[in-house]
Amino acid sequence: MFKLLEGPQTLGRGKIFWSCFLAVLAGALTYPLFADSYDVGNFAYFLIWIFMALGLCLMWGYGGMLSFGQTLFFGIAGYGYGVLAINMGGGTATIAALALSVVLAMVAAGILGYFMIWGGINGIFFGIVTLSATLVLAFFLGQTAGPEWHIGPARLNGFNGMKGMDPLAVGDFYIEGSALYYVMIALIVIVYLALRMLVNSGIGNVIVATRENPQRAEMLGYDVRKYQLLTFVIGSGLAGLSGALYTSWGQFITPSSIGLPAAAMPIVWVAFSGRSDLTATLVGSFLLLFGFQTITVYSQQAALVLMGALLLATVMLAPQGFVLGIGKLAADWWSGRRPRDDGAVMAEAGRLQSEES
Amino acid sequence: MSAEVFSVFYQFADVFAFLILSAAGLAIVFGMMGVINMAHGEFIMCGAYVTVGLVNLGVPLAIAQILAALTAGLIGVAVEFLIVRRFYKRPLDSLLATWGLSLIVTQSMLLIVGSAVRGIGTPEGSFAIGGYTFSTYRLVLFGCAVAVLGGLYIVFMKTRFGVIARATMQNAAMAKALGARTGRIYSISFGIGTGLAGLCGALYAPTMTLIPTMGATFVVESFVTVVIGGANVLLGTAPAAVFLAIIRMALNASYGQIIGQIGMLVAVILIIRVLPEGLSSVLVRRGR
Repeated sequence: MFKLLEGPQTLGRGKIFWSCFLAVLAGALTYPLFADSYDVGNFAYFLIWIFMALGLCLMWGYGGMLSFGQTLFFGIAGYGYGVLAINMGGGTATIAALALSVVLAMVAAGILGYFMIWGGINGIFFGIVTLSATLVLAFFLGQTAGPEWHIGPARLNGFNGMKGMDPLAVGDFYIEGSALYYVMIALIVIVYLALRMLVNSGIGNVIVATRENPQRAEMLGYDVRKYQLLTFVIGSGLAGLSGALYTSWGQFITPSSIGLPAAAMPIVWVAFSGRSDLTATLVGSFLLLFGFQTITVYSQQAALVLMGALLLATVMLAPQGFVLGIGKLAADWWSGRRPRDDGAVMAEAGRLQSEES
Repeated sequence: MSAEVFSVFYQFADVFAFLILSAAGLAIVFGMMGVINMAHGEFIMCGAYVTVGLVNLGVPLAIAQILAALTAGLIGVAVEFLIVRRFYKRPLDSLLATWGLSLIVTQSMLLIVGSAVRGIGTPEGSFAIGGYTFSTYRLVLFGCAVAVLGGLYIVFMKTRFGVIARATMQNAAMAKALGARTGRIYSISFGIGTGLAGLCGALYAPTMTLIPTMGATFVVESFVTVVIGGANVLLGTAPAAVFLAIIRMALNASYGQIIGQIGMLVAVILIIRVLPEGLSSVLVRRGR
């Protein structure tokens, strides 16, 4: 099973890659020992969004489905966590609230995905239907300010957002600060490795085959719609995980984290990083989030202008993504001194060619 | 009795005009080039701001609106030349590029102009039928929507440009081989599309608050209309708008705006399950 951690669908293989992986992981694990708790909290905040980016990478880069609805499912699970945590009370029940809210997002994705995928919607329309649904949810939540909008004791509170839910907790112990940070790191490692195994498995190969040519995959005997729906549900579920963690992290959520311009952010991260590889997305999204947060302190608008410019620059200059491109250059430079085995290079070239067509 | 009938028609006309005016520009660009212009809302915003700016300078409203539409059209031609032109073979990337543009424009406007600009107020004028009072300007908007459809019919069906444009739409390579300058056709079509977006903003400028993010108010309506309308503006967008306006009007009247919008979205999601290529595919097939 662990053989699937490496394969044709993911970059990075061999001892050098995994040593780097372990070194980064060790660095991340020891980070709270050196940094003050404020920085650790900030770091945990960047990590929240990584799930959403990895989910989009799976759907868009591997499945060829450009979903603009990551914040839709982020919002469903984020609000879902809030409502459930308030209704079920704090303590260990919050863990159940987290799990249930992610399931809720996946069910919503299943329903929306069924209508779109079985209806044969793809390409551009897949994007704009998911974006329409996202904006409608944001508008709807924006006008729930009145006291009549409540689920149990949980008030939705319109544009000001919902607050007052407990953070994740086990018994009396609140998972905050460095505890939350370690939970995030663990979740990211699990999700990242699980996704690597998924895309290198048989299912992953069908997902990629569907991206390359849905008809051909269908002729080979696969019901591509089921695989597409599975991809969409997993990808959107990861957005849901981000949403639930976000609500737990800050104990509030507002409609502005669903609507525009929030909906564009996952697209920018993944496009800039390189959608066709999980590792590139992981690294690139983290760097972008870090940069974005640094600039936001001075001016949020300026940060968003920069994100827009990055998106435009990416599609005009490096459609495959900047981080992926730089990573490939570095790998080529490395292999210039140590010749790579030919099979891998051939597979690589074939993959790039088919993506460009 | 007739007052009630007129009231229903009035509400229908109001929603219909909103759908047609916000979607026409998007639909033309999509129909011609297969590109969805994600900065569509920003061209609408541009039309609204130019209108209000000119009116505040003392230009009469109608002239300001025409100038605003022309401005948006010219900016559109420039955007086509600088950005969109590179992406005709990569429609998904054109979506991302125009979305990047949209982010840049909205947020820069927020930085430069600030959040709110003094509005100009809806033109006065109302009339009464039975016990009800109706705003004249809303009927003017309906008239404009019908005029836009009529104008597009004439441009695309009765002019030389229209013939070449339709030929390009059907088979760009063949049209090019026959001597049509498809590049120019594309840039003119993109200009018409963004000009219509500007017109939409110009026409609705007096009725709404001007904020840089106002484009978002229009995008859901324009997206869903184009999604079920399909690639043909006259045979797709117009019937789609009639259909959606009926659903929306019924829900608006009983449950309010937001339920109307949700209902419209649900209807669209149900329809794409049955008609993935949109209404125009059915109508065009019937027509043959």
